[in-house]
Amino acid sequence: MTTSPKGDAAISVRGITKSFKDQQVLRGVDLDVARGSIFALLGSNGAGKTTLIKILSTLLRADAGTATVHGRDVVSDAAGVRQAISLTGQFAAVDEVLTGRENLVLVAKLRHLVGPGGIADELLARFDLTEAGKRAAGTYSGGMRRRLDIAMSLIGHPPVVFLDEPTTGLDPEARLEVWAAIKELAAGGTTVLLTTQYLDEAEQLAQRIAILHQGHIIANGTLAELKALLPPVEVTYVEKQPSLEEIFLAMTARGEAPTQPNPAASGTGSEDQEASA
Amino acid sequence: MSSHALQDTAVLTGRLLTRIRRSPDTIVTTAIMPIALLLLFVYVLGGAIQTGGGTYINYMLPGILLITIASGIAYTAFRLFQDLQGGIFERFQSMPIGRSAMLWSHVITSLVANVVSLVIVVGVALLMGFRTGASVLGWLGVAGMLVLFTLALTWISVIAGLSAKTVDGASAFSYPLIFLPFVSSAFVPTNSMPGPVRWFAEHQPVTSLVNAIRAIFEGQPIGSDLWVALGWCVGILVLAYIGAMLIYRRRAS
Repeated sequence: MTTSPKGDAAISVRGITKSFKDQQVLRGVDLDVARGSIFALLGSNGAGKTTLIKILSTLLRADAGTATVHGRDVVSDAAGVRQAISLTGQFAAVDEVLTGRENLVLVAKLRHLVGPGGIADELLARFDLTEAGKRAAGTYSGGMRRRLDIAMSLIGHPPVVFLDEPTTGLDPEARLEVWAAIKELAAGGTTVLLTTQYLDEAEQLAQRIAILHQGHIIANGTLAELKALLPPVEVTYVEKQPSLEEIFLAMTARGEAPTQPNPAASGTGSEDQEASA
Repeated sequence: MSSHALQDTAVLTGRLLTRIRRSPDTIVTTAIMPIALLLLFVYVLGGAIQTGGGTYINYMLPGILLITIASGIAYTAFRLFQDLQGGIFERFQSMPIGRSAMLWSHVITSLVANVVSLVIVVGVALLMGFRTGASVLGWLGVAGMLVLFTLALTWISVIAGLSAKTVDGASAFSYPLIFLPFVSSAFVPTNSMPGPVRWFAEHQPVTSLVNAIRAIFEGQPIGSDLWVALGWCVGILVLAYIGAMLIYRRRAS
């Protein structure tokens, strides 16, 4: 907690505990998330990540402790918190019968915004979904659903966005698409708290990383700070082999002949289009 | 906030009605079983049933309408359960919208879907020879009772949808409700039943509703059945509403 930002925290959690029946899920969680940063909450299945997200997004009430989001208490000013946040849950929460565009219009209307149609079209364009926008969301690929889901979260420009395991169950390409979307979010000044069980995801995206283990935060810091917790690095020489992910991405890169190995294929992948899909 | 609550309910209801419009099979399925029962009883079994005067379709239609509602509300629970499972419920609950807008949108949708199914069933009954001398006021009275019954059962289905663990569980509660009209005055006069069954039939809500609706259709004096029927509907409605709201609050906080 030494380098934690004071006063300027978009999210501040103090001593949060939560039990379900006799199972203690959170045992006193403290953390701060700086405004406009991406914060990754890392933990294995059942570590309590989703429970914490639900408490912060006013869906669950903590047994003890306090939490403020955007300066508002999650219990005494739950309505105020809801004004300031958006939640993208673990399973893409889109209406599968409605089209992508209708999903966006629906959320814009529920946020009481003027011109919901225009807002929807703008987001469809931004997330490469303009073509797909006319189709029912149930026909989307996993990556497209997630992008739609995230686009829905951006409507009304909530200053704080919670993403609960945004890439779980996605194929590598879709993961890159979602990563690009998240980076774009933070670039616009939004505070992002994301949970993940993938170490590389936290490493790729987050300025700060906290590790939640058995209901406690056991480590919290920048990637460099976390690395410093371990003994100094020993320099060894290892032949660099392409990872299977790099091979997969290179082979499946759209518009590339399969015989052309592309050494730069592990880029952002944001240009990927569902051209003929 | 309260004006927003109404607006939010309207937006969410619009969403559910769009879903039904895109896949109207739920309404068709709701109407098919009552229509099949109409055909079965009028053209196969009805000839052997003594009801004393009047055509058999006139006699049985009120019960068929109640069965239509009982099978329709199974889909109310199903739709609510689907929303809870899919995560869209949590998305809405974490947004600054009226707290119970989500629930009311399901209740209103249930009402609309059931009215459509009822209109279809009445239409088929008219084609099959159902006739009534009921006035416009009489029809309004029947419509009012059916709406009240729909609302009462809808709140029961909300309880089922909120507390179900599986899709099957969400709609299984409706089976006894669909069956209830068979042990009432809906298809045969209760005085043909043996003692205990007859006692149950005469004291359960469906009989008073059926008798009241039948009396209006036949142009007979309604008598006390109307008040008993209204009492049952309002009683079930209030209890189910309170129960549903308690479960909803616990789930949504």
